[in-house]
Amino acid sequence: MVAAVEGARKATRTVPAMAKDAVIFAAVSLALAIPLVGFYITDQGSTNTLHTRFGPMFYGVGVLFLGKLALSFAESSEAIARRIALIGSALAVLWFVIAVTGVVQDDNQVLGWFTWIVVVAVAVRGWVESRRSGAAARAIATAEGTSLGAAVARLGRFLGPLFIGIALVAPFYAAAIDDKRLVDLGVLIFTYIMLGWGLNVVVGLAGLLDLGYVAFYAVGAYTYAVFSVKLGLNFWETLPVAGALAASFGILLGFPVLRLRGDYLAIVTLGFGEIIRIILLNWAELAGGAQGIGGIERPSFFGMPFTASPPEGTTSFNEFFNIEFSPMHRQIYLYYIILLLALLTNWFTLRIRKLPIGRAWEALREDEIACRALGINPTNTKLTAFAIGAMFGGFAGSFFATRQGFISPESFNFLESAIILAIVVLGGMGSQIGVVIATIVLIGGPEWFRDLAAYRMLAFGGLMVLIMIWRPEGLLAHREPTIRMHSQKRSA
Amino acid sequence: MADPPPAAGASSPTLLTVEHLTMRFGGLVAIDDVSFEARNQHITAIIGPNGAGKTTVFNCLTGFYKPTVGRLTLRPPAGGEFLLEQMEGFRIGQHARVARTFQNIRLFPKMSVLENLVVAQHNKLMRASGFTVTGLVGARGYRDAERRAVELARYWLDRIGLTDRADDNAGNLPYGAQRRLEIIRAMCTEPRLLCLDEPAAGLNPRESAELNELLLFIRDEQKIGVLLIEHDMSVVMKISDHVVVLDYGRKISDGTPAEVRNDPAVIRAYLGEAETDELPPEVAADLAEEGRI
Ligand SMILES: Nc1ncnc2c1ncn2[C@@H]1O[C@H](COP(=O)(O)OP(=O)(O)OP(=O)(O)O)[C@@H](O)[C@H]1O
Ligand SMILES: [Mg+2]
Repeated sequence: MVAAVEGARKATRTVPAMAKDAVIFAAVSLALAIPLVGFYITDQGSTNTLHTRFGPMFYGVGVLFLGKLALSFAESSEAIARRIALIGSALAVLWFVIAVTGVVQDDNQVLGWFTWIVVVAVAVRGWVESRRSGAAARAIATAEGTSLGAAVARLGRFLGPLFIGIALVAPFYAAAIDDKRLVDLGVLIFTYIMLGWGLNVVVGLAGLLDLGYVAFYAVGAYTYAVFSVKLGLNFWETLPVAGALAASFGILLGFPVLRLRGDYLAIVTLGFGEIIRIILLNWAELAGGAQGIGGIERPSFFGMPFTASPPEGTTSFNEFFNIEFSPMHRQIYLYYIILLLALLTNWFTLRIRKLPIGRAWEALREDEIACRALGINPTNTKLTAFAIGAMFGGFAGSFFATRQGFISPESFNFLESAIILAIVVLGGMGSQIGVVIATIVLIGGPEWFRDLAAYRMLAFGGLMVLIMIWRPEGLLAHREPTIRMHSQKRSA
Repeated sequence: MADPPPAAGASSPTLLTVEHLTMRFGGLVAIDDVSFEARNQHITAIIGPNGAGKTTVFNCLTGFYKPTVGRLTLRPPAGGEFLLEQMEGFRIGQHARVARTFQNIRLFPKMSVLENLVVAQHNKLMRASGFTVTGLVGARGYRDAERRAVELARYWLDRIGLTDRADDNAGNLPYGAQRRLEIIRAMCTEPRLLCLDEPAAGLNPRESAELNELLLFIRDEQKIGVLLIEHDMSVVMKISDHVVVLDYGRKISDGTPAEVRNDPAVIRAYLGEAETDELPPEVAADLAEEGRI
């Protein structure tokens, strides 16, 4: 009966209504795109010139319009509409493949955007799908993903400690075979795992689709960079400041977008991410503009730097421990820092999920109207989700700055947000171990298969599309209740 | 037809006063100058044909709509006064403690039955968890509060016979169980006024009888006021103490079930100006219901 009601509600959306929706969506996108894409400034010596690139801008907005229309069709209860959406998407993918393989030469950047818009649209589709409750069809489609998730959850008691164990000893293995690349990869993977876990609070638990998460990563990175270069503070001293500042930005972003839902929230958070990047690009005095900030202090072990020739009056790490200098040491130390930060994020998330605020996030994701009727303040609840998610993004950003020693706005583009979101959505919304697996596949995979060169991104885009089709709720869509009345004897 | 079991009596104090409530959507007047009262420890039914404006009254009471005109006053028996039309939606649930259910059930389908009931006790638990700070470090006070919250949930689950399914996802319950769960979730907020939007819709006769029992229990044992929107006349006639009839946004009748049943205006509203004057409204409504579902 419930399913019937849902079906009826969906069927009432006519083609003109869908078109109107898509037009509004495109208009919002256009409003954002005019300042962000339509105009750009080049710096030639002392004169700044304003250029336009309306072609790519309208192209992008057009893609969004068609994408939104396709999504509406794909969600329609009419089989014919779903078929049109499917054929349309297939044609788009085909066109993209032709373009990438060089039959058609086109502007690379636009193509890159196009890929990611397609991928993100599909991810959004999966997200919307997973939010729809009570539909019997969905239950069947995702039963497999859920049961796999349940199996992993049952194994979780062993898998968790096993993963952590492996993560702890991995650097020793890398040191033994003297493979610096492996440690680097480990650092990279744990950075994304941490970002995934942080974003999971916002997207997975609170159900707020945030496409601008990289902004908080940038805030954290620039906070440390500025504090280090201008004030000479070290990483650990700056970490809380970076987290607090990123959290404040989370609240700042949260306020205006609270009333927006779904796709609109996504497009505005995307805009916010770009705005932060553009501010950094243009703020020469503090953020160094396009040149970024260099000479950021690298981490030291209780004041002992990881250098072959320490400055006057300090002992370096290798001198103190009386071992030979190796660039691996710093790498391994960085690895343990990010492992610690990531595990902290995980611990915090698991814990807060069992507190009233965490339950309210999930309830808000399930049904905001019901939450209001129960006296839950939706504004505060959403803002805390934004703030806490942003805080972890800020921590990760600080780490990024100390690891690189140099940062510039280019590291914080939309692609980063899209990757982090893909990790969360593909892993299975709200699933902590799903994030780990998705990161290993999405970040580790391309690094591993570098030989495939140009095709690897395409292959992974395709893989994501396939996962979204077969497991619309992500790889591991299983949720353990946060509290139980009966002991867990019967398995559901 | 059995007479309704006696309520606490006409002496119980007025809990809710609705005065000149009007709600316009553009040109459409969904509610037109409606006034009525609901007493504490009474079941006040709001009935009327489809589109009469019943749900809109609830949406105004619970802050989902801001009334175009009108005053909605809640006076708890213990004293005090809440002007609901001036309060933000969630504060009505939090402070005035008016709880509601929805015409199309709104549970948290992917959360467990128990979680649904614990989320309903959010504000209490937020305070106990020191707004998350002391909760995070696992303070004793919070653990106790959580245990009591589970006890309250168990109390209500026992009442509706769903204790066995406490750890299952709410969305996996059968339809009738979901309806009952939504009611006890509202009860877990410890409300002063409980507003139920067609709780008997889609229930079979046995479930419907159980529902009546639950509502009488809530009225008599919890000693709160109940507002009930209902299409099923057998439910209305059996358990309500007072009936308000709406038609096209206007109040056309107001009184005891017996008075309303024999009010010609009500009969006309339900049957149109047809010649079947003799048909009692409950029969007519049943006919209408069958045609509808
Ligand atoms: N948000 C809204 N915007 C515009 N019109 C509305 C809105 N909400 C309700 N209405 C209109 O107000 C009128 C009363 O609707 P309401 O849902 O209150 O009726 P009801 O008595 O609950 O009917 P039912 O028995 O079908 O539930 C209807 O004509 C409806 O279309
Ligand atoms: Mg209604």
